Amino acid sequence: MKIGTPTEIFEGEARVAMTPDSALQLQKLGYDCLIQSGAGAKAGFADAAYEAAGVTVVADAAALWAQADIVAKVRPPSEEEVAYLTPEKLLISFFYPASNEALMKQAADLGASVIAMDMVPRISRAQKMDALSSMANIAGYRAVIEAGNNFGRFFTGQVTAAGKVPPAKVLIVGAGVAGLAAIGTSTSLGAITYAFDVRPEVAEQVESMGAEFVYLDFEEEQADGASSGGYASVSSPEFREAQLAKFRELAPEMDIVITTALIPNREAPELWTEDMVKAMKPGSVIVDLAAERGGNCKLTVMDEKIVTDNGVTIVGYTDFPSRMATQSSTLYATNIRHMMSDLTPGKTDGTVVHNMEDDVIRGATIAHAKDVTFPPPPPKTKAIAAQKPKEKAPELTPEEKRAQEVAAFKAQTKQQVTLLTVGAVLLLGVGLVAPASFMQHFIVFVLSVFVGFQVIWNVSHSLHTPLMAVTNAISSIIILGALMQIGSGNWLVIILAALSVFMAGINIFGGFLVTRRMLAMFQKS
Amino acid sequence: MEFGFTTAAYVVAAVLFILSLGGLSGQESAKRAVWYGIVGMGLAVFATLIGPGSGLWLLSVILIAAGGIIGTYVAKKVEMTEMPQLVAAMHSLVGLAAVFVGFNAHLTMRSVEKARAAGEAVHGTFAELVAHKTPVELSILQVELFLGIFIGAVTFTGSVIAYGKLAGKVTSKAEKLPGGHILNASAAALSVICLIWYMNTGGLFPVLIMTLCALFIGYHLIMGIGGADMPVVVSMLNSYSGWAAAAIGFSLSNDLLIVVGALVGSSGAILSYIMCKAMNRSFVSVILGGFGGTSGPAMEVEGEQVAIDVDGVASALEEADSVIIVPGYGMAVAQAQQNVAELTRKLRAKGKEVRFAIHPVAGRLPGHMNVLLAEAKVPYDIVLEMDEINEDFPETDVVIVIGSNDIVNPAAQEDPNSPIAGMPVLEVWKAKQVFVSKRGQGTGYSGIENPLFYKDNTRMYYGDAKQSIGELLNKIG
Repeated sequence: MKIGTPTEIFEGEARVAMTPDSALQLQKLGYDCLIQSGAGAKAGFADAAYEAAGVTVVADAAALWAQADIVAKVRPPSEEEVAYLTPEKLLISFFYPASNEALMKQAADLGASVIAMDMVPRISRAQKMDALSSMANIAGYRAVIEAGNNFGRFFTGQVTAAGKVPPAKVLIVGAGVAGLAAIGTSTSLGAITYAFDVRPEVAEQVESMGAEFVYLDFEEEQADGASSGGYASVSSPEFREAQLAKFRELAPEMDIVITTALIPNREAPELWTEDMVKAMKPGSVIVDLAAERGGNCKLTVMDEKIVTDNGVTIVGYTDFPSRMATQSSTLYATNIRHMMSDLTPGKTDGTVVHNMEDDVIRGATIAHAKDVTFPPPPPKTKAIAAQKPKEKAPELTPEEKRAQEVAAFKAQTKQQVTLLTVGAVLLLGVGLVAPASFMQHFIVFVLSVFVGFQVIWNVSHSLHTPLMAVTNAISSIIILGALMQIGSGNWLVIILAALSVFMAGINIFGGFLVTRRMLAMFQKS
Repeated sequence: MEFGFTTAAYVVAAVLFILSLGGLSGQESAKRAVWYGIVGMGLAVFATLIGPGSGLWLLSVILIAAGGIIGTYVAKKVEMTEMPQLVAAMHSLVGLAAVFVGFNAHLTMRSVEKARAAGEAVHGTFAELVAHKTPVELSILQVELFLGIFIGAVTFTGSVIAYGKLAGKVTSKAEKLPGGHILNASAAALSVICLIWYMNTGGLFPVLIMTLCALFIGYHLIMGIGGADMPVVVSMLNSYSGWAAAAIGFSLSNDLLIVVGALVGSSGAILSYIMCKAMNRSFVSVILGGFGGTSGPAMEVEGEQVAIDVDGVASALEEADSVIIVPGYGMAVAQAQQNVAELTRKLRAKGKEVRFAIHPVAGRLPGHMNVLLAEAKVPYDIVLEMDEINEDFPETDVVIVIGSNDIVNPAAQEDPNSPIAGMPVLEVWKAKQVFVSKRGQGTGYSGIENPLFYKDNTRMYYGDAKQSIGELLNKIG
């Protein structure tokens, strides 16, 4: 089958859904690759590079749509593009089916199959084709770069001969994929980075990226992200108030604010209010990654950069991935390639098998066999394990700790004294009845047990088997008994003693040798 | 003069034995420590041979040499996976020797009595020693040798059964004769009666009956204990063999026997204690066999076990930075340690952090896994104990569980009604991803469902451990 990629017709879109590299991989799967002439130009891939990778360059869009059985592109199709679809064709692209219902219906009526890359379920197996995440990653990175571009100072603090430069303070709101990418970029540039998210379970991830998680002083249990597939959900009004109060407190200190808060299928929540913008220092920068959905800041103008009256720059671009077209095309093309690989169970025969039983394929397919198949049923495997309620051990004050230590010490002393007393009394009791010759041996016995206990506790765990083998070998000290008896006159005694000597002999040699063999194996790396 | 030399040699030997055990606190010093033990044993045997009273020393030397040849042969030939069996088999020899020596002591006592009655002189050191004893001392001697025989006999049959179970020659299930522990208790009671009888009459008959009782107890007690409790059983038998030697030492008035017996006895007792603690079970409940009663229905396990193929595991390993391997008895059964070690080498060569997490009761012998891994040349400094590594699981990318089940069962922490509730376990489920190499879907030895297998971050990698790790090796370049 033939897989083709047309030039993106959306204005300003620089990405392309196939790169020379991904084309090579697709050919390994058995597909013939087509590309519209100039499709990769804005992303830095010339027609010649495609040709070198064995891709057929097609002159115009009409020809490409006609020849290709599978069309892979980036942006949702326009009406003209949908019109190209015929039965048995497969379209793979971003689609946002919830807001493009008419187009979806049209495509389904035409009998074509459509796979929406934005509908790939969030399960581990599907991560390799999760284009939303790969694009969000780029957006997060680019947001910091964009902010730096508009910010008049260093990110990192410096003490130079020309004076001291304070480090920039960056607040990232929303620690999803984009947020985490932004945190990583910002901390590696040297800024002091703070991050906030309504899902408390991401605090660990935030801290692992080197940022400080902004905790709210708020009692209410937050629903964790597990029930909604790892996405944030709407929070209660009280929680929102607490959150805004915290932001208000932070606003005057922050040099750069990057907001990435999105709730699936809703308008972006307003988190950075006008008064917070007013409270910020002149020269500060806000990058609103939620601009496409109305913005986390109401002053944001979509696709534009504005400067407020108090000198705060607000960046509302929505095309961050497209601004890094080479990188994003590479990642997107790889996502597409993984999707194709899952659609090709034969792996080399270049034939698509649209398996609607597969969680991932079913989830992403929005039109198939003349039917609209959106929204998909919930996937069988949950994306993220539910959080366990954490029980926090109450912090102990130093006094309490001290008291506990004292109590433990007392208990230990008490136990030891009791044991010693009981032991001593028993020993004395035995001494009262037993004859002196017995007591002599008994003392030796008790002391040996004592020494044994003291010594064995220090044996390292990993040497327990050698310990058993060596104790085994030395327990054949019983041979001494047999040796002492073998000289007796009684033939029965001699036979029994001889047998014992023989068995103990096996044990002595076997035990020690096997211990040595084992110990010789323990080696340091 | 001669006697003084023997005693001096005994003191030196005793010190050497203590040093030998003490040296096992570290891998490097242990290598030296074994030599202390060997020299100590050589010295003790030599001193006894040239010491007073031992006759037939040529025969003795020949017998020791013959035993030595067999012992050497066995020690050279044995596979490291067969170590538990070997240790059990050797315990049985000590037990039997103790029984024989005990009988000899009894026979000697009788002959001394006869000689005394006839007014004849007695032969042999031990006989002379007996001849000098007062009546009180004689009755103490009777108790001592009676105890020695009893413990020796229990050790003997117990070890034979333990050997059979570990070698797979006897079913490893817990099996009891009808009557259960009542039988053991009555056999023990009968032995006590025999002791009283023996104290009064001094005849051979009660000793024989007691020996039979003890043999039965050893057999029945160990038959009633299941395969997974074997680490406790083996260390318990180790302890018994020591106590038997100590009891014999008392009856022969030999201080070295007493010292060494007590050392071995306490060492075994401590090992049993450590093993029991690791399973969160009391010593008594292990001995009585079977798991304790549960207080309610076990938690339902939801979800399904998701399988994964070799490519999936390989790619996850390629991506991981830190890997922890949790081996269990299954690894020993499948003889997979070489492949596991090879995997470790390959992963380490790629700069990944690979470590091993060893639960104290993994395998069938204390420290079993350590020995197997050492045999496969896994460096011991990456093999860690449960307490050392449990905190590191949340930061670990991939955990590979090979043939272990109960020791990684989260039910021990999450389900208060689980039969293993409260048992310390390796918290593998906290890692980002867990692969379980297992033969099939069945439950482990204890028959407890393992919720780990149903967790979302767990993938089941079915197949024989040796084979599946081998396939994995081919995939990882």
